Amino acid sequence: RRVHGLEHQNVAGIVESLKVVTYEKSLRIAKFAFDYAKSHGRSRVTAIHKANIMKLGDGLFLETCREVSKSYPEIEFDSMIVDNCAMQLVAHPEQFDVMLTPNLYGNVIVAMLCGLTGGPGLTPSYNLGHHYTLFETATRNSGKSLVGQNVANPIAYVRAAADLLKHLKLTEHSNLINKAIFKVIADDRVRTRDVGGTDTTQEVVNAIIFAMDKELHAIAASKSVHSTRL
Amino acid sequence: MSSAASNEPVSPTLVTMIPGDGVGPELMTSVKEVFRGMGVPIEWEEIHISEVSHQSASIDGLQESMSRNKVCLKGPLSYPEEGSEVQSLNMKLRQSLDLFANVVLCKSLEGVESRHSDVDVVVIREQTEGEYSALEHEGVPGVVESLKIITREKSLRIAKFAFDYAMRHGRRKVTAIHKANIMKLTDGLFLESCRSVADLYPRVEFDAMIVDNTCMQLVSNPGQFDIMVTPNLYGNVVDNVAAGLVGGAGVVPGASYGQRFATFEPGARHSFATAMGRNVANPTGMLLAAANLLEHLGLYPDTVAVRRALASVLRDRKVRTKDMGGQATTTDFTKAVINAAL
Repeated sequence: RRVHGLEHQNVAGIVESLKVVTYEKSLRIAKFAFDYAKSHGRSRVTAIHKANIMKLGDGLFLETCREVSKSYPEIEFDSMIVDNCAMQLVAHPEQFDVMLTPNLYGNVIVAMLCGLTGGPGLTPSYNLGHHYTLFETATRNSGKSLVGQNVANPIAYVRAAADLLKHLKLTEHSNLINKAIFKVIADDRVRTRDVGGTDTTQEVVNAIIFAMDKELHAIAASKSVHSTRL
Repeated sequence: MSSAASNEPVSPTLVTMIPGDGVGPELMTSVKEVFRGMGVPIEWEEIHISEVSHQSASIDGLQESMSRNKVCLKGPLSYPEEGSEVQSLNMKLRQSLDLFANVVLCKSLEGVESRHSDVDVVVIREQTEGEYSALEHEGVPGVVESLKIITREKSLRIAKFAFDYAMRHGRRKVTAIHKANIMKLTDGLFLESCRSVADLYPRVEFDAMIVDNTCMQLVSNPGQFDIMVTPNLYGNVVDNVAAGLVGGAGVVPGASYGQRFATFEPGARHSFATAMGRNVANPTGMLLAAANLLEHLGLYPDTVAVRRALASVLRDRKVRTKDMGGQATTTDFTKAVINAAL
């Protein structure tokens, strides 16, 4: 009898895998989503599910999301079946605001959103718990084939680091970095291969540092102009 | 009646038709009118089976019709809001007719605007096991367990179907979609089964890709994919992504195959209930599915005639339904197709 986590093989050639959905964890993530929406000025939360097929499991998730939504009347709540959601993401991703999902669907949706917004090299993410917060890229690709070639896109990680700074309330530093990134990628167009450029990892990093330097000088210059100490 | 291609009288083939719910009946009307207008020798045996309508035909009735006709054109079946049984009607039909392989054909169509113009992907999805086992229970209040089942037998069967499909249609590659890095036993078994079947088809390339990466790759570089073979849930998501890439549910044809029966249907099975009765739905996907049904029956001249008429309407870009950015109604589009055939 092979057992691996929540998977097992009782009879040769037939494998069962358990998907577990609990009220407690559904409640927790739903509340997190609505609190997030509220504190970040977002207007709508959409729960993603397949409750028409997994009536008990996804049904519990969906019901719990609905229950939580009632405590946040100022935030709109709706739901969408995961397959339709996948199709909508391709055609009209702009219709979505905050998406609230169970584990597997979230994994797929994040991957799609990354693909739609420039790829795994650009998007950061973070993982929250009661005690810890962990910052990383959104799609967790290790980029094995790019090791040591100075071609990987550093932006996802730098943005993740900026998010970490913001989390630590070092907002000015975080904003400085993000502003520089935006300038480098949008205005100066210093880009690695994955987003259509020919620059190296180091070149992108240098460009970000240069942009930050310029910004700091500009801030210092405007401060000295407005300073009462002449 | 005489066939579109010649003036010799041809006795019509009787085909089962399930109009379905939502916009299904309107799409079926479109097919019936196009076939009638083009003299296609098909007669329809309508079976009104539904999980949301008060009067529904029985599954036995459908089974009986299929035993005679073997082939069916099927519209989407809606899921009831409340009071439904553990296993949906769709699942019941697939199980009772043993329609194990769902094939969705996502090809960029000239005249239909979409993100990419080089898409030609076939999603082959095992649709009788996996996450749709309808085996769920709440052992402890607030804790629900849902069983996903993968068997070697059904994995081998769908893999063989995919490779046979590749050979028959001259396709070059089959990619197995999985999440075996996480679900090591279930998706692992699926992947292993695909690999072992791949060994029997040295002329067809085989590789594998994790489902989340697949969805990302599909939206950024879909031209890399050919045939994708998947277990139930991933196939459902992937075929919807692929359908979105070529223009959405209104333009994609699909089919479900078993050893004894075949049903032809829209590729993305959405009943689009909000559009019901408003004459706005796009019949392209259903017409393409109906053309595939004709091909399956060996009615090649009629198949070509229907496809040509449809392609010319799309190419002209003059008559376009709402989903294609136009104002034409379902009936406008239907008339345009019939006219294009004359």
